[in-house]
Amino acid sequence: MDMLLVLPIVIPFSMGIICIATWGQRQLHRLIALAGTSSLLLIASLLLLTVQQDGPISTEVGNWPAPFGIVIVADLFSAIMVMMAALMGFCVVLFSFGSIDPQRERFGYYPSILFLLMGVCGAFLTGDLFNLYVWFEVMLISSFVLLGMGGERAQLEGAIKYFALNLLISAFFLSAVGILYAITGALNMADLSLKLQTVKQPELVPVVAVLFLVAFGIKAAAFPFFFWLPASYHVPPVAVTTLFSGLMTKVGVYAMIRVFTLLFTQQVGYTHGLILVIAGFTMVTGVLGAMAQYDFRRLLSFHIISQIGYLLMGLGLYTVTSLAGTIFFMVHVIIAKSALFLVSGIAQRVGGTYDLKKLGSFYRGYPLLAVLFVLPAFSLAGIPPLSGFWAKLVLIRAGLETDQYLIVLVALVVSVLTLYSMTKIWAEAFWKDSPTYHEADIEQAVEAIPRRDYRLMLLPLVLLASLTLLIGLIAEPVMNLALEAAAQLRNPDLYLQAVLGNGVRP
Amino acid sequence: MAVVLAFVIGALYAAGLYMMMRRSMVKLIAGLVLLGYASNLLIFTVARLTRAQPPLIPEGMTTPPEPFADPVPQALILTAIVIGFGLQAFALVLVKRAYQAVGTDDLDKMKATDTT
Repeated sequence: MDMLLVLPIVIPFSMGIICIATWGQRQLHRLIALAGTSSLLLIASLLLLTVQQDGPISTEVGNWPAPFGIVIVADLFSAIMVMMAALMGFCVVLFSFGSIDPQRERFGYYPSILFLLMGVCGAFLTGDLFNLYVWFEVMLISSFVLLGMGGERAQLEGAIKYFALNLLISAFFLSAVGILYAITGALNMADLSLKLQTVKQPELVPVVAVLFLVAFGIKAAAFPFFFWLPASYHVPPVAVTTLFSGLMTKVGVYAMIRVFTLLFTQQVGYTHGLILVIAGFTMVTGVLGAMAQYDFRRLLSFHIISQIGYLLMGLGLYTVTSLAGTIFFMVHVIIAKSALFLVSGIAQRVGGTYDLKKLGSFYRGYPLLAVLFVLPAFSLAGIPPLSGFWAKLVLIRAGLETDQYLIVLVALVVSVLTLYSMTKIWAEAFWKDSPTYHEADIEQAVEAIPRRDYRLMLLPLVLLASLTLLIGLIAEPVMNLALEAAAQLRNPDLYLQAVLGNGVRP
Repeated sequence: MAVVLAFVIGALYAAGLYMMMRRSMVKLIAGLVLLGYASNLLIFTVARLTRAQPPLIPEGMTTPPEPFADPVPQALILTAIVIGFGLQAFALVLVKRAYQAVGTDDLDKMKATDTT
């Protein structure tokens, strides 16, 4: 067994178990969470390096040979996603140190985060469809706990909506896996990829494909299944919202990309055309929803939806360039969006509210936060030289190459509207004078935050904001990585070989 | 037998979805439980229902004697039942807490997260 592949799952799991054994000890939990996420970050970088040099690697759990046992596979796309998950975990844990109240910390906040990371890493690394379902559930149950923890009324209401929708997805997903097994007799994704080309009932395949599309579409908050996201993502503490926005919807997109590049590529015109339509509507509805919002976090939540549209656009176009654009965009949006959520958290801590109408004066009262907001906000809108510009450039070029002018137009218009939303936040929270407090109050409020908390909240934000700038300035290595990962997705021979061994293809 | 089960599964899906669309939280949970049963039964049925031996491989052979029942779907269902049980237990606690916090069982009254 290749330990490198198993460790991203084992580390958060064992750290979580230790947390449960030492229930209620805040300081110890903090230490364990920090150790867990930083070692996860280390292992994830090692994994990324290894996969980049040696190509996709796989290991058979319990030494049951593939395709009968469960395999854990990492191709470049998985490795990148695990890396992003580790980065998010690390940043959110740091931010939590400064912002989460002691009650939640005592009540198993950190173990829930660790188990969530385990589920996310497992979902990124598994090569087995049913195992993916299990990782989804691991991830979900931790997210339910994080969402409901604290027991405020809004939290419980949000949790119920989120819970009901996610259980519905589980049922769809499970049914789809069952039907797929009935058609092919396989669950291993590499094996399925080969067997789906020669099934006896090809007319059933699109049905299953659409079931998967719906299940993962709800998870990813794609149009028309997005409504649960703005109803639930803004209720927990902002650290949790950041983690969810960075990882949970992205797992849905990841699963969709995996399934629609490896399994359902028989009728690309039909399935991927449908994805492209969904992508367009997702972008537009997300950004229009955001325009109407005056709550910092709800506005950003709607933008999550809009960004999901861009991710799906790359999948829908289904060329190497477009998939590379999606992967680049994924890296960019996880970093930039999380940074924005962290800004909203600090603004709330200082200004006392998430309501943009009541916030204000931050530009003069707190210039550092203004800079840290502008970087990811412009990046999200796609202003050069930040990371979002390159991500959108590649996607739009891919669209022009395949003559899909309509989606290109939609992407460009939505980009402008994103800029509008970001300037709205700028004008309301940073530029205008607040109706409820003065500039001096901001400085006082910042002073009032304990120094240690303050630094811990600012550190991950600075890290993410400089990353989005850095990726923008030296985009080429990241782009090359994305291109290579996309090539592996578009032509999964390497993946199949890694899982099933040599001589797979006749 | 498969035909009968097909109708049962269809009815379970329909009932589950209908219950989910009611306003009561308790019915929502009941609907989710029914949906879970429907998918489990679906997997059970699509694996083909045969009267056969258990898939045990006798000594000295490498495959079980035909006809045998496919063990994989049953393993899947077992896993799904366990997961479903955990989620349902969580759901009941969540509903109880939400009922205490909101003071009603009516989902239409839970609009605090939509407006603020």
